Amino acid sequence: MSKLTLADLKKIRDEKNKEMTRRDADKEIQVVVGMGTCGIASGAKETFSAFIDELDKSHVNDVVVKQTGCMGFCSVEPTVRVIAPEMPDTIYNKVSAEVARRIVKEHIIGRKLVDDHVFDHPSRDILTQ
Amino acid sequence: MAYKNYCLVCAGTGCHANTGEEIYQELVKKARDLGVEKDVQVVKTGCFGFCEKGPIVKILPEEAFYVHVKPSDAEELIKEHIIKGRMVNRLLYKEDDKKTDTQGKIDDIKFYQKQLRIVLRNCGFINPEDIEEYIGREGYQALAKALTDMTPDQIVEEIKKSGLRGRGGAGFPTWMKWNFSKQSSSDVKYVVCNADEGDPGAYMDRSTIEGDPHSIIEAMTIAAKAIGASQGFVYIRAEYQLAVQRLEIATKQAREYGVLGKDIFGTGFDFDLEIRLGAGAFVCGEETALLASIEGERGIPKPRPPFPAVKGLWGKPTVINNVETYACVPMIILKGGEWFASIGTEKSKGTKVFALTGKIKNSGLVEVPMGTTLRDIIFAIGGGIKDGKKFKAVQTGGPSGGVLTTEKLDTPIDFDNLVAAGSMMGSGGMIVMDEEDCIVDIVRFYLDFSVDESCGKCSPCRIGGRKILNILDKIAEGKGEMDDIKKIKEISEAMKRSSLCALGQTTPNPALSLINFFYDELLAHIQDKKCPAGKCKNLLSFSIVRNTCIGCGLCAKKCPVNAITAEDCEPLPGKKKPPFVIDGKKCIKCGECIAACKFKSVVKL
Amino acid sequence: MADALLPMPTELTSFINEWKVKPGNLIMVLHKVQEHYGYIPQEVAVEVSKILEIPLAKIYGVATFYHLFSFKKPGKHKIAVCLGTACYLKGAQDLLDEIDAIIGCKAGEVSSDEKFSVDAVRCIGCCGLAPVLTIDGKVFGCVTADHMAGIIAPYQNDEVN
Repeated sequence: MSKLTLADLKKIRDEKNKEMTRRDADKEIQVVVGMGTCGIASGAKETFSAFIDELDKSHVNDVVVKQTGCMGFCSVEPTVRVIAPEMPDTIYNKVSAEVARRIVKEHIIGRKLVDDHVFDHPSRDILTQ
Repeated sequence: MAYKNYCLVCAGTGCHANTGEEIYQELVKKARDLGVEKDVQVVKTGCFGFCEKGPIVKILPEEAFYVHVKPSDAEELIKEHIIKGRMVNRLLYKEDDKKTDTQGKIDDIKFYQKQLRIVLRNCGFINPEDIEEYIGREGYQALAKALTDMTPDQIVEEIKKSGLRGRGGAGFPTWMKWNFSKQSSSDVKYVVCNADEGDPGAYMDRSTIEGDPHSIIEAMTIAAKAIGASQGFVYIRAEYQLAVQRLEIATKQAREYGVLGKDIFGTGFDFDLEIRLGAGAFVCGEETALLASIEGERGIPKPRPPFPAVKGLWGKPTVINNVETYACVPMIILKGGEWFASIGTEKSKGTKVFALTGKIKNSGLVEVPMGTTLRDIIFAIGGGIKDGKKFKAVQTGGPSGGVLTTEKLDTPIDFDNLVAAGSMMGSGGMIVMDEEDCIVDIVRFYLDFSVDESCGKCSPCRIGGRKILNILDKIAEGKGEMDDIKKIKEISEAMKRSSLCALGQTTPNPALSLINFFYDELLAHIQDKKCPAGKCKNLLSFSIVRNTCIGCGLCAKKCPVNAITAEDCEPLPGKKKPPFVIDGKKCIKCGECIAACKFKSVVKL
Repeated sequence: MADALLPMPTELTSFINEWKVKPGNLIMVLHKVQEHYGYIPQEVAVEVSKILEIPLAKIYGVATFYHLFSFKKPGKHKIAVCLGTACYLKGAQDLLDEIDAIIGCKAGEVSSDEKFSVDAVRCIGCCGLAPVLTIDGKVFGCVTADHMAGIIAPYQNDEVN
């Protein structure tokens, strides 16, 4: 990879930013699994695999599953953020492999929030304010 | 098809007792009765915190935050909010002393934010192993601005305007460190990041690096530009394997993309950094000891001055800041020092991350503006004490800090207020204790830690800490005398005055807060030979309540030292067997008998 | 002992040679040695002293200063019980007692069959899951004494390597 110029930097930012924030219908859904030390210790790796597996089985293709750092809810790990078109940006807590499969079926396919696991957002995003 | 609204009902245990479940049922029923069940989904959620204002209902996407909701409010919420799209003002959360606009326009209502995340801005958003996602959230824009649009003086000036103070604990103004290094003339200068997070009960820096490693790299590069350095080091605990691994990936990617290395953005500016592992010495969190450790030596502090900013690593001017301090820098450069200074208190600007742990319901990482009260953090965000127990105290500042009681809960947290209250900010560990925790025991734990971690160079720290610990051990064993309190004070005074570094100077702090804030509990240990919390084993005695014991003998079977036997007497009236009794001389206070008794007849005294 | 300690494997020698030119390399080299052997064997320390041209006394001086370095061969599986404040408050000591009861091994010791070594360690930064312990780096959170036997069993029965 050649070195970034300022123009490259701006280009990557704009493209990535669009990709990460897109919310229009028929575009992709993002599943973001919190994978800091606490999350992994609470089973976030199993959660991650369960998402991949269940999405595969359900033949859902427009979903990206990715990792992120600790969201800070140590007592209710693993935590997962789901961003889907026309749905609220949702944080789920205590997402075991089983709950992950429910999220795929109910939230991603069924367009309903999954009872008992929704968690409040800790704050607004300072970058979009 | 997705729903128009989502109605989140907090059904955490705190709210549950407060009819959260009933409210949920009512909302579901009313939505159905009023024919809007296809417009709104009612969902039960985990604890929101704010339990004292519970039950809580939040309606999305408007983010209306309703408090003290009753089941009878369900109809109004559905009719007004869901059907007519008007918020129910009387139930909306209002900050206690401020009036919210009740005229009904949604945009005018100031919603309560529990946290403000600057340091943790990317945690939960980006994949820390993908530099492009960091760039996608304004990453490296601050570096671009600093390298192309700003002079070193302007960078330092911006940091000065922001009022940023070191987040490692001492709260020294960051711009001054940078300025000293900038002014020192030397061919070689260094930038160092202190990620040797050693306070037991603190893990903010680990999470920051695991979640957003590039923000540290970017900030260090900006610092390098400001002082004229071309080499940096991140000194990180070897125990933090995941953080080390993510940082390694991040530096590699940063080099590939050319935001680290030679001629960054074609500006002719060079900077690179290297990761150095700590090896489990708490004292290496002290900056001069840390630098000695990077040099491959024993981590022993040196007298200051000269300060590292003037004479640091290998004798060269060195800026050394903590992870959290660096994580603020890109946002300050990007949004301006004034923006940062608009958050917080008069003398402590910005936010602070705390690791909220111990006997708290919602343990975790919280980032709040400086000036937030302890009460808000513990009870609003943390949801209060676990298992319905009573709050006893909160410890801040780790082994160097103090223990604060209920009376201090309304202290707005900043560097100076915490010191005035008898503790300190420290790196951000906040450990909550309930009524079952014994302060003497906790203070012994901290002293034991500091004694073990003393590097041994100066005698006040090496000997003084040990002496205080011995006295505390004596008190916990029930052999304390009133004179011991005086002795602790004298030794503490000597340690504070004459220890070489902050480790020794602050080692006595927990013991002093024991004397200053928990005098009654200390006296109970010394004079009455009792431990009110029931933790200090030597001060406990176990006994069996005669008239509730049915003589089943289960406790005697479980006792590992055969200290329990049947009493040599007739059964008490109404009982078939004589009661059992514990021989205090044999008892090792293991507690097996208490666990075994189904009639709660064994008690601790 | 089955495996000879010396000569050092090439991976290790090339690491040491690569770091030889960098100032302040000793701690990084000791980490690598310990990563490879599980501890710092005396013979290897002598060898490192020769390559880096650092007196053996200094190597021992530095290695004994830091908690993480050990001169004792550890057991096959390393159990580390966190004794950070949150874990301490939530009963980490009970876990150490229970481990002792199960495998007969206190903190700082190696079990007689050399299968386990047990250490009480400083905060590992998982306070939200307190009390916490790790076995060979895998973190177990919210552990109680009752869980201990179940956690240790797979290692005891060689179901985990």
